[in-house]
Amino acid sequence: MTDVLWGAAIVLLLLAFVCLWRADRGPTLQDRILAVNVVGTKALVVLVLLAVIAGHDYLIDVAIVYGLLNFVLTLAATRLVERGRILSEGPR
Amino acid sequence: MTLALDLASLLLLAVGLAFVAGGTLGLVRLPDLFSRAHATGKCDSVGASAILVALALQGGFSFGDLKLLLLVALVLVTAPTAAHALARSAYRTGLEPWRRAPAAGWRRGAERRDAGAP
Repeated sequence: MTDVLWGAAIVLLLLAFVCLWRADRGPTLQDRILAVNVVGTKALVVLVLLAVIAGHDYLIDVAIVYGLLNFVLTLAATRLVERGRILSEGPR
Repeated sequence: MTLALDLASLLLLAVGLAFVAGGTLGLVRLPDLFSRAHATGKCDSVGASAILVALALQGGFSFGDLKLLLLVALVLVTAPTAAHALARSAYRTGLEPWRRAPAAGWRRGAERRDAGAP
């Protein structure tokens, strides 16, 4: 069963490299942010796969924190692109 | 019982991988940002949560499975929200949705009526 999980992890990594191609080529900036977000989600799944393979349960907590950080990063980058700043509510 | 669990997790793993591959294909092939964000927001969240549920079914139930279900809820909330935020910011900064070029000789209704068509 573990080699099936290893296969799934490797397939996910290959798909992540395909998403990196979109990150490199993406015409608009938001394409790049989207590709990074997708790669982050894939990395999260690979992390949990490795956690189950190796049997280390604490890696799932790492994956949860990583998922949260990935989400906050995407929102911050989106707001930075849209309004040129992230936190301060300057003049509209 | 464990055979059924293993079979179910194998099936879910395959379904999850198919969805994630579909989302990646959409990310690469689709013409503009809106369709890409739409594709990845949905396919990745479903695919990732299918794989995570498949892992939760692995080898009986333990405390780690509750965290896995929490992670599924996390992915199901964050991926679509991020895709929406991206599409909205792109729309607000003036990105026009992609439209297929109309067939040759096609004209809008108003122009055709001016040209005297019935």
